[in-house]
Amino acid sequence: MIKDFDNIIIKTVCRILTPFLQIFALYVIAHGHYSPGGGFQGGCILGASFILLVIAYDIDTVKKRMSEKLNTVMCSLGVIIYAGIGLTCLILGANYLDYGILHRVLPVDAVKARAMGTLGIEIGVGITVMSVMISIFLNIASGGKHEEGAID
Amino acid sequence: MIILSIILIITGVFFFFTATFGLLRFPDFYSRLQATGKGDTLGSLLMLAGLALYNLSSGISLASILVSVKLLLIAVFIFIANPTATHALTRAGQDAGVEPWTKEEKSK
Repeated sequence: MIKDFDNIIIKTVCRILTPFLQIFALYVIAHGHYSPGGGFQGGCILGASFILLVIAYDIDTVKKRMSEKLNTVMCSLGVIIYAGIGLTCLILGANYLDYGILHRVLPVDAVKARAMGTLGIEIGVGITVMSVMISIFLNIASGGKHEEGAID
Repeated sequence: MIILSIILIITGVFFFFTATFGLLRFPDFYSRLQATGKGDTLGSLLMLAGLALYNLSSGISLASILVSVKLLLIAVFIFIANPTATHALTRAGQDAGVEPWTKEEKSK
């Protein structure tokens, strides 16, 4: 039961802060091998930025930016990136997710290829975690109906 | 520079202490929010400024300046987000019908 929560302070601050949250999430994903963070944490922050928009505005505003269809596609896309990099290593003759072998297809040496492989995996994980977070929140908050406002 | 950062951090700890004291001792929802909203914001601002200064005191290089700028960015984020969160909580409490505390209520 949420009333018409038409508050200009909360809406403005959430609208201004959301891009910075998303940039920070990308930083956490991309900087994951040198500092705390990685795909899961960055994906959670990305998902939380959309959840913040749902709380400040309503579900329709977020579904205009991130539709249900796009969300499901991105949820699968992350898994495909993850499994695709792993299977590429397998096809090239190494173990599953053994990124060092990727230097045969990438124009870098084995050490760089390992770092690039890790980054690719983390991007895939981040995309999936973000979509699943948004999907879980939208389904719980609206009782599976995906209508505006919130639970009655 | 170290002395200045120590002064800033101790002032920040003092504001955190008063905020927690207010949270524990004030009588109702709104006054507790008022204590924590103001005290936490100022306390974390002062402590982050002190930590940024302390980080610079061991030698100014590009890496240490970068770390200090990140700390100040956290401070700016808290300065925007914390009062807004307090405002949202107060509005939610008002919409849910939380009554403010008065003296008459206590004497009953």
